[in-house]
Amino acid sequence: MAEEGLGQKVDSEDLESVVSSGMDLSEKTRSASFLQQDSRVLFYRSLLEGVEIMGIKEALEKDPDVNGYFGRAFKLLDREYPGDTEGGYFIRVKKGQTVELPIQACLFLKAQGFKQKVHNVIIVEEGARVYLITGCSASRAAHEGFHLGISEFFVRRGGYLNFTMIHSWREDVSVKPMSIALVEEGATFISNYVCLKPVREIIMYPTAVLLGREARASFNSLILSHPNTVQDIGSRVIFRARDTQAEIVSRAVSLGGKVIARGHLKAEDKDVRAHLECRGLVLSEKGMIHAIPELETDLREVDMSHEAAIGKINKEEIEYLCSRGLTKDQAQSVIIRGFMDVDILSIPELLKKEISRLEDQTLKGAL
Amino acid sequence: MLEVKNLSVEISGKPILRDINLNIGKGSAMVLFGPNGSGKTTLIKTIMGFSGYRANKGEMIYKGKKIDDMSIDERVRSGIGMMYQHPPKIRGVKLNQIARFLCDDEGKIRDLAHRLSLTEHLARDVNFDFSGGEMKRAELFQILLQDADLLLLDEPESGVDIENISIMGGILNEYLKNDDKSAFIITHTGYILDYIEAKEGCVMINGKLWCVGDPKEMFDSIKEFGYEKCKECPWLKRG
Repeated sequence: MAEEGLGQKVDSEDLESVVSSGMDLSEKTRSASFLQQDSRVLFYRSLLEGVEIMGIKEALEKDPDVNGYFGRAFKLLDREYPGDTEGGYFIRVKKGQTVELPIQACLFLKAQGFKQKVHNVIIVEEGARVYLITGCSASRAAHEGFHLGISEFFVRRGGYLNFTMIHSWREDVSVKPMSIALVEEGATFISNYVCLKPVREIIMYPTAVLLGREARASFNSLILSHPNTVQDIGSRVIFRARDTQAEIVSRAVSLGGKVIARGHLKAEDKDVRAHLECRGLVLSEKGMIHAIPELETDLREVDMSHEAAIGKINKEEIEYLCSRGLTKDQAQSVIIRGFMDVDILSIPELLKKEISRLEDQTLKGAL
Repeated sequence: MLEVKNLSVEISGKPILRDINLNIGKGSAMVLFGPNGSGKTTLIKTIMGFSGYRANKGEMIYKGKKIDDMSIDERVRSGIGMMYQHPPKIRGVKLNQIARFLCDDEGKIRDLAHRLSLTEHLARDVNFDFSGGEMKRAELFQILLQDADLLLLDEPESGVDIENISIMGGILNEYLKNDDKSAFIITHTGYILDYIEAKEGCVMINGKLWCVGDPKEMFDSIKEFGYEKCKECPWLKRG
């Protein structure tokens, strides 16, 4: 699949949807790309030596090492995972490699009523650094679709993985991602999650396990909730080594849907520092936000905190902007836009701009 | 420029302002003195049109038009600008965003930000982690970018150190030299009087204007005798 690019693999009617999940179809600003539609891998290409990308099935057949990783994160936490997956991506960044431009992977739902079940494995070898952006979206025809996405991340010693997931589904699609990141000594795992478009139901509680000293994790989420939808979205960090730290930050705006914003920090070793911050704005009477922050430890030598704040837009803030000449509606949308601040995401400027543009489009339509 | 006639304001059923009559001429500055809780900020907020600050009697005429039923932003568009005493912090909304809304001349924004030592604040969330003085400078910055004709200044100098008062005072004075610009200024410390040529002053006590006169003389008398003496002063009932 050398000549044809990612852009040629997407049907013209689906272009908008795929782009709205953060994909650069020209591949110009990406190091490697992967596309799976329903259960079929349509495209993969790496433009950088040191970055391997392919379907998981192919990787398991080609390289016995990959078998050692498949399912390992779930076994470590004694958790079951569905075995009936079809496809998913495999990405490996070689030891010491710094990947400047992000790698992109798109999981696309096309056929009506299709149940897409994928199992992804991402390995960042020792000292390697990489940005990965995964976009999940659905075609106009994918009524009543379902997506189950299992992801296992292995960030080896001193590695850095910055993972951004953009969900851009449709109002009749249900989604269940299950992911675990194992983060070794001196390594960093950052997860940025963005969900702006309507979706019937999302249930997810991604977990990072910090296994070595000075390992770090950070989860940042921006969630927009539309009427008649449920988003049960959490982030969990388990600290299994000393001198580890983590941060969980989430912002949720309900335009009428139900959001359950969970967060769980569990310290199993000492000298842990962690903070959890959850903020929600409820803009409609039908909207509902339930913030459930949890801190847990048996040890004394930990420093964990949380803050949660939920409410409607402060009238004083609206009037302040009105006193600068903005109409009430303008003021309200500027405040919501500011609340859904892309700066809480730890991503490169390029991606920030892309997500900012998506936010502008979505909010303009929704408000 | 602004005429306030027989204005009375109740907040949650409690009378705060009573029969206020006020006339601020085009190109002139008026200073408002008064003890805490006398209703000074209420008067400014009523002129600005904030919710909860509605006149139950009287009217306000600005540039020949009744403004009582205008929304806040309509009043702003007709040229009224307000500098807050305690501005709110707004997460994720940058000072620069507001500046660009108020003024489309990028050079002017940068120049004024530089003069008010706010260059680095432009990219920050408005009023977040701003010191008291920085907030006041940012407030002044915004109403000058707005190019407001009537400035409502609620204690522009409180919490500002001497050096910054002089910078703000100088910039404000320069702005008000323009014959089209007027100001209504609440002050406690009176420091602002060293920089601005205000022709008139007035004192508000318990929601009533007690007198109108020369602001410097008034302020000297308030400093010496306090507001209690105001009630007996020779200008009484002249207001």
